[in-house]
Amino acid sequence: MRSWWLALCVVASLGAASDTRRSGFDFMTPETQAIQRDDAQNPAMLWVQEGSAAWERKSGGAGRACIDCHGAASTSMKGVAARYPAFDAAARGPITLSQRINACVVGRQGAAPLAAESQELLALESFVAMQSRGLPIAPPSDPRLVPFRERGEKLYRQRIGQLDLSCAQCHDERAGGRLAGATIPQAHPTGYPIYRLEWQGLGSLQRRLRGCISGVRAEPFSYGAVELTELELYLAQRAAGMKIETPAVRP
Amino acid sequence: MNANVTRRTLLSAGAAIGTLLVIRPARAEGGDLPSAIKAFTNGAPVQRGRVKLDIAPLVENGNTVPITVHVASPMSAADHVLAITVLNEKNPQRDVITCRLGPRAGRADVSARIRLATSQQLVAIAQMSDGSFWSDAVDVIVTLAACIETP
Amino acid sequence: MARALITMPKTAKSGEIVEIRTLIAHPMESGYRAGDDGQLVPRNLIRRFSCRYDGELVFSAELFPAVAANPYITFCTVATASGTLQFTWEGDRGFSQTENVVLTVA
Repeated sequence: MRSWWLALCVVASLGAASDTRRSGFDFMTPETQAIQRDDAQNPAMLWVQEGSAAWERKSGGAGRACIDCHGAASTSMKGVAARYPAFDAAARGPITLSQRINACVVGRQGAAPLAAESQELLALESFVAMQSRGLPIAPPSDPRLVPFRERGEKLYRQRIGQLDLSCAQCHDERAGGRLAGATIPQAHPTGYPIYRLEWQGLGSLQRRLRGCISGVRAEPFSYGAVELTELELYLAQRAAGMKIETPAVRP
Repeated sequence: MNANVTRRTLLSAGAAIGTLLVIRPARAEGGDLPSAIKAFTNGAPVQRGRVKLDIAPLVENGNTVPITVHVASPMSAADHVLAITVLNEKNPQRDVITCRLGPRAGRADVSARIRLATSQQLVAIAQMSDGSFWSDAVDVIVTLAACIETP
Repeated sequence: MARALITMPKTAKSGEIVEIRTLIAHPMESGYRAGDDGQLVPRNLIRRFSCRYDGELVFSAELFPAVAANPYITFCTVATASGTLQFTWEGDRGFSQTENVVLTVA
């Protein structure tokens, strides 16, 4: 009886110890964590507020608001951000959440597409993604996504730029270490769009990826490039099961 | 030959002076910290105490630094905080924020988020209704982001 | 109209000290930052913040470039009578915004 109990404890602790993944939140100072924890303080909530208003605003030739088709976002959008990027038949490939939003803006509202990384699109994206706060990242097991995800992983491991560094070298091998004064996080996309203190504003995962790619002195992919979506796809798989914190604050 | 050496020396000295002039930053608006403190108190003496400036000793990103200033005061009509100012040592400008309170505040507790250009000292000064000034000072280390971003 | 978020209780007991937290969207361009072209981005700041409780000024602040973007300011006030708290932010380029919150005092 005792040895059975002991074996169970060992197995349980092994299971707990084997997930060493940590959100970028855990690598921040308590002061920065405090900003994210409190919706009254989190500057990203200003964008969420805007997104919430946009959700109810009629727009485009069709004169529709998101709420007209989707109802309350707290119900209809729950879990949506958790399963993006997703395969889109029309695009014949994976699309990000913001691309999905734009497809609705154009296709359902009959309005002009919102510019990538524009304040309007970020507001909607942060509002929609926040509805998945607390839920685990759940990448779809759609087989059509496999080749794209594999390319994303390949890019993640590829050394690029004048500094000749790959994402893996910093974020897999040296996470927890320091790059100048900054702690290197594990690079899990748990809280996007984020309010980044360095940007003094809200931005998407693609903006962050472009920032890192420039940082190693490589030419960054344009917003909306399939390479960025493939990277997002791989990162989501790598972070599968981790809780969404959107809208996060990061240094 | 001597003239050439002299000319070369002069030219290189001139270039060096020119570089010095270019790289030395313009005098900070408001001058140095002691002058800024004096300007706020109009020359009145400032005592340490009654004021607590809460700020992390190690700042992750100088763009957004949370601070809180608590001042021990009954905040009554007879005895209250009139104003709180926060001053810095090495930003381009000494002033950070100046708040005006009064007995209707109930509590002299103010928070804000500020910018710090580099590691430096921060000073919080409270002006009391009896004309006295009290202060707290904290030395802060500011770390900068590892990479410069293109937007 | 900039987005603003004010967090404070809706009701309070008479004489109770109420904590008010304010957040407003604004770049607070310091005027010390260089843009991509190497030129200084022109200063664009919120300069003043004030809170009036039924018309009476209970708190005000003068903001300088060292205040972070999307200014967050918290302060306290004593709940006296039921009324409207009016929050005003003013600054460069004619920036002016007012938000009203009703406080019910028992």
